[in-house]
Amino acid sequence: MITTILDVAIAGLLLGGLYALIAMGLSLQYGVARVLNISHGEFLMVGAFLTWFLYTVLKINPLLSLVICGPLLFIIGFLLHRTMFTRLRTSSATTGAYEGSSMLAAFGLLFIVQNSALIIWGSKISGYSYLATTVNIWGALFAANRLVTLAFAIAIGLAFYLFLARTRLGKAIRAAAQDPMTAGLMGVNINQVLAICFGFGAAMAGLAGLLISMCYPINAAMGLEYTIIAIIVVVLGGLGSIPGSFIGGFILGIIGSIVIYLQPGLALAAYYVIFIVLLLVKPTGILGR
Amino acid sequence: MPILEGTNIYKHFGGLAAVANVSFHVGQGEILGLIGPNGAGKTTLFNLISGALVADSGNIWFREKNITTMKPHSICREGLARTFQSVKIFANMTTMENVVLGTLFGASTRIATLDVKGEASGLLEFVGISAQSAVLAKDLTLVKQKQLEVARALATKPVLLLLDELMAGLNPKEVEEAMTLVTRIRDKGITIIMIEHVMKAIMGICDRIMVLHHGEKIAEGTPQEIANSETVIKVYLGE
Amino acid sequence: MNSINIISKKSLVPGLLGVILILLATLPLYASNYIVILLTSIIMYIILTVSWAIFSGPTGYISLAPAAFFGIGLYTAAILGKALPLPLVIISAGVITFLVALLVGAVTLRLRGIYFAIFTFGLVELIKHLLLWYEVNITHTRGRFVIVVDNTTIFYVILIIFVLLLLTAFFIRRSKFGLALQSIGENEEAAAHIGINVTTLKVITFAVSAIFMGAAGAIMATRWTYIDPYIAFNPLFSFMPVLMAIFGGLGQFYGPVLGAAIFAYLEEILLTQFPYYYMLLFGIILVVAILFLPTGLVGLIQRRWKRGLAGENANT
Repeated sequence: MITTILDVAIAGLLLGGLYALIAMGLSLQYGVARVLNISHGEFLMVGAFLTWFLYTVLKINPLLSLVICGPLLFIIGFLLHRTMFTRLRTSSATTGAYEGSSMLAAFGLLFIVQNSALIIWGSKISGYSYLATTVNIWGALFAANRLVTLAFAIAIGLAFYLFLARTRLGKAIRAAAQDPMTAGLMGVNINQVLAICFGFGAAMAGLAGLLISMCYPINAAMGLEYTIIAIIVVVLGGLGSIPGSFIGGFILGIIGSIVIYLQPGLALAAYYVIFIVLLLVKPTGILGR
Repeated sequence: MPILEGTNIYKHFGGLAAVANVSFHVGQGEILGLIGPNGAGKTTLFNLISGALVADSGNIWFREKNITTMKPHSICREGLARTFQSVKIFANMTTMENVVLGTLFGASTRIATLDVKGEASGLLEFVGISAQSAVLAKDLTLVKQKQLEVARALATKPVLLLLDELMAGLNPKEVEEAMTLVTRIRDKGITIIMIEHVMKAIMGICDRIMVLHHGEKIAEGTPQEIANSETVIKVYLGE
Repeated sequence: MNSINIISKKSLVPGLLGVILILLATLPLYASNYIVILLTSIIMYIILTVSWAIFSGPTGYISLAPAAFFGIGLYTAAILGKALPLPLVIISAGVITFLVALLVGAVTLRLRGIYFAIFTFGLVELIKHLLLWYEVNITHTRGRFVIVVDNTTIFYVILIIFVLLLLTAFFIRRSKFGLALQSIGENEEAAAHIGINVTTLKVITFAVSAIFMGAAGAIMATRWTYIDPYIAFNPLFSFMPVLMAIFGGLGQFYGPVLGAAIFAYLEEILLTQFPYYYMLLFGIILVVAILFLPTGLVGLIQRRWKRGLAGENANT
């Protein structure tokens, strides 16, 4: 009995850590850059496949790939924003119009990225084995890769949170999120900051994909489900609140772990029930304004 | 019986009280002025009356019906219309279409289609923008857009009209014309509450004035009384 | 000069429409099987696109649900196809999608547009997961076989749905509700304040537009013969209507029709040769259209037309 609870709890933390990481990235992109990036999960998928490729072909340790995947996806996200989304932002009449058109552009991006992956890697399910040994903690057995994933998810999340709270760039980002115009007047280069945020968001998705690839099989269509879960976490935490996404991720992760234990296959449905309740009762979420 | 009455209205945003313990009443046929420094809560009060926001506590009665929690479209059907501080016209529709919508949906009685166009034309003429009836609303000057908003509000056949800073951004001649328009609306039997910063207009046409500051009502009375009130002078000069 | 343009434009469109409808109605009599099948696909996409545009066009509330409604239609046909006659199957699909859309709208359309968009975005995946779970745990089957219907019948059914849709779209657009929907897109708060019950209008319009997507799904299922949750609930069927409507242009009535015809045909010829490449291409086109062609193809044509007229006027 105790081991079951421990199992479910640890699985919940693991899931929660991943969800928190993915959701924080999306929250950055929507909360600051005002882009509802529904292709977020595709960047996760790219990170996963990149890691798989680096490990199976170039024999590069996935944990080492962190320093390849992260920056690479950051650059991709940064460039995408600098070209596509900045142009949209400057040509949109209202914020509402920009939110709509940027979401649709992201929808196009979803199909571009997913089909590129399908062309390159095919539609089959892939995977690799890394750190698949078991570890014994207090009598319970855990897979080493899952523990490592959990540790890294939380570490990256916390590191990023501290970055936002303590560093100058982090403060610029928060200023831009609150009031882009005033921040611009105070010398913050808005276009740079928004693109950096978007890049960070993409990087976090890619890193989450890397961690996922260590524990689970991957395929080119895996991104969509994670995007939806990330969206629900962001709404749960409060649209625009990054700490909210962190907390919300863990809440959803633990609930998901319980549901998966009781009735695998209904996790997404459970998340949607939470989603519906949120929309009916408190759409602004836990920490939302 | 006052046509509109508010009792002990509170509205908070986060920790800030936008409207705090405001009570007021408006008599039939009156023109009530609502003044106060920026951020005093005037537009918030309008939003609470028109149904755009719901009060945290307190009640609002319109024609002896409790409208505190009613939706904007229902309140409009009851006979309460408003204009907005930042003009909210339907930009990509014509002037005529803007007003026609008010006629079609705002009144509580049904009218035959023929009447709709005729009524709308009459209102365009009443406010003075007949010549622009086929022009897209976004291509109108600010003055004419404000006039359009008034015409559209009047199309819903209100008995009470809330005007939010109708004269903002108008030159002195336009202010005079706006003042005339307001009195002509009152002459049709419509009660008016107007938020204004243009003192000439407030003093010139209002029967009574209410003063808000930091969400609270700090004074109420005739223009004369308000002009001489020490509290009001301190608030305005002290800001 | 102007009056001639207006007169010819006013009688041109209905006249052209009438001719096209007559040609379509008699198509199976003179065209090959391949043409009938091709046109069935094209009309199916036109139905999805125009239905989408009925609601999302004027109000600006972007729905990503077409795939979900289409999929519900597909599955309804699969489940009920053997038990009920075809007309009842189609109608049931329409009713079920109407009810689902009503529910979705009631929950999300009271709130800002972004909530509606993301809720509808995840709907396809949600229903797919629910059906998968149901099939694995309750019925212990995977997928279903659909009744077989001949191509001519399929064509006529889709044509009927198409005509009904056009009538509905036309009626809504020309009525006071069409005007009200547009005002919601222009400034929802102002629309509410002049007596328009914005939430009810949005929910009902959304639900009505979903009927046709479900009905289309029900009849198209008979072409697939075998469907499972993965086949039936494919985000592509949300992507295509959006692409077609935006590329075609939402300003005019025939914009979505034009966009649908173009891309449906393109898909048909590219599908077998370059399965993933054509989707990639379409994704790129969508992004390009959003960036550089906000008013769509129709907007572009209109601007050229106006410039052409201005040039003519300058000469006289």
